[in-house]
Amino acid sequence: MPRVVLGRLLTLVLSLAGASVLIFLVVQALPGDLAQVMLGERATPAQIEALRERLGLNRPWVVRYLDWVGDMVRGDLGTSALSGLRVTDLVAGPIRVTGWLVLWSTLGSILVALPLGMWSALRRRHWDGFAVNALSQFGMAVPAFLAGILLVLVVAVRWGWLPANGYVPLARDPGEWARHLVLPVVSLVLVQGALLVRYVRSAFVEVLTEDHITTARSVGWTKLAALWRHGMRQAGLSLVTVLGLQVASLFVGAIVVENVFVLPGLGSMVLRAVVQRDFIVVQSVVMLLVVAVLVVNTVVDLLQAVLDPRIRAKEQR
Amino acid sequence: MSALLEVRDLSVRFGRHRTLAVDRVSLTLDEGDRLGLVGESGSGKSVTALAVLGLLPETATVTGSVRWQGREILGLPDRELAKLRGQEFSMVFQEPMTALDPLMKAGRQVAEVLGLHRGMARGASRPLVLEMLAAVGLADPVRIADSYPHQLSGGQRQRVLMAMALVNRPDLVVCDEPTTALDVTVQARVLATLDERLDDAGAACLFISHDLAVVSQVCARVAVLRHGRLVEQGTTAQVLGAPQRPYTRGLVAVASLEHAEPGSRLPLVDDFARDGGAS
Repeated sequence: MPRVVLGRLLTLVLSLAGASVLIFLVVQALPGDLAQVMLGERATPAQIEALRERLGLNRPWVVRYLDWVGDMVRGDLGTSALSGLRVTDLVAGPIRVTGWLVLWSTLGSILVALPLGMWSALRRRHWDGFAVNALSQFGMAVPAFLAGILLVLVVAVRWGWLPANGYVPLARDPGEWARHLVLPVVSLVLVQGALLVRYVRSAFVEVLTEDHITTARSVGWTKLAALWRHGMRQAGLSLVTVLGLQVASLFVGAIVVENVFVLPGLGSMVLRAVVQRDFIVVQSVVMLLVVAVLVVNTVVDLLQAVLDPRIRAKEQR
Repeated sequence: MSALLEVRDLSVRFGRHRTLAVDRVSLTLDEGDRLGLVGESGSGKSVTALAVLGLLPETATVTGSVRWQGREILGLPDRELAKLRGQEFSMVFQEPMTALDPLMKAGRQVAEVLGLHRGMARGASRPLVLEMLAAVGLADPVRIADSYPHQLSGGQRQRVLMAMALVNRPDLVVCDEPTTALDVTVQARVLATLDERLDDAGAACLFISHDLAVVSQVCARVAVLRHGRLVEQGTTAQVLGAPQRPYTRGLVAVASLEHAEPGSRLPLVDDFARDGGAS
């Protein structure tokens, strides 16, 4: 097991290094010049050149890359050229908004999908199991932003039960905080949960037809007990992978939903920074998202090694 | 006194179209009896066995009667049947590669069966588990008990499955082609062990196989199935030595190829049972 952990951590570090180069190069390739944006339309070439020099934009890209990475390793995400604020301070608020959104949506989809998916697998030859399956197909086809807009129209505008948009920090008013998060979370859960139902269903259908479940029943477990004792871990093995991918796609989905509900999250922050050509902000925030996704993937890999002795055995060789 | 297991007019149909897989099969087993169930693949041998234990998928419709020590068990709820399975009767399966839980150590899978029926804690059952693993012919029970299935050979896994089926000393063990997936030398040794353990426990056995040689080694009586119907039944010597039905004659002929003449066409079952269905 220690070797597995070491291997996965090494992979994580390498992926992070690769991702940082890629992000840096893509941001460099974006059209537009920060100095131009800062000084406006009527700036002279000499003024722009002087500002470029002062911002360090004229140094070779390798130097600027190493500079950026070195700062990040020390916990410094850089300073926004436009506002003069440190990026670490800038992201402090938005990271909480996006974090809550992803956390609650993940928990919500698991809570919805696990029982529904199991039900639909166990009752797959009956009308109710079939109905769950058909509904999840429908849920998957609806984009999160459309679900969000519809929810706002009905629940917020027509019925006026919940706020249509905006955000209140948890520390200021927990009640309002929760009320503002309900609709964004629900619209993400509708889509992610529907997708997850299908994965849960197929994972359990597969487990149910395994020979060793029949063996377990032949020695005296009831059908449900056999599934619980000998099927859960196996189903969990494939579901953990899917969940990891879902958390990753939730970060992307959250950006869209943040826009619909006007939430001050990381998504809206990146969009604003791109428009303003505030490259260091774009670079660092995108890097933060990538770190989150890669860490989740590493955790998934490690969980699988914990759950499955065959994976551990393969690593030992 | 009633028989240990009495199957009357057992029929099994599958799915919407009600395909008949087993057609009015009747069998009787007394205590310590060994009955071989032979036939080609698809003749309904396994389905018959699974129907007796109540392990068929819910797409199957089972009719007839299955009496266990005089008590009707067909149509009993899963919870009631589960109490009998593993305790009074059990099953050894065909595929040792997939029949064990890949994520659980072998010893724990055997211990579970003890815990399930005797309420024995895992620590307390350990000596019994090791004893059982040794009894089914595993040379290094401690190592086997602490191995995951993927670390064991096919023969070892089959023996672990046997240990699971036998550990509670059931009165009947159903063996569904228990040696088919093993190579010939391993097969002979596993069969010998099975033979010993059944003798020891005085357990009855319903032994399913397409291999007449294996059946004649283990069983005193043989029943021949074809297209889900019982074709012939009797002592092993009678049925295999002097088969009455053309189909059984065909089965025996294709199994004993030492009588075939070199260069000539090998015999087919159909040479003997040309009529297709009712033989």
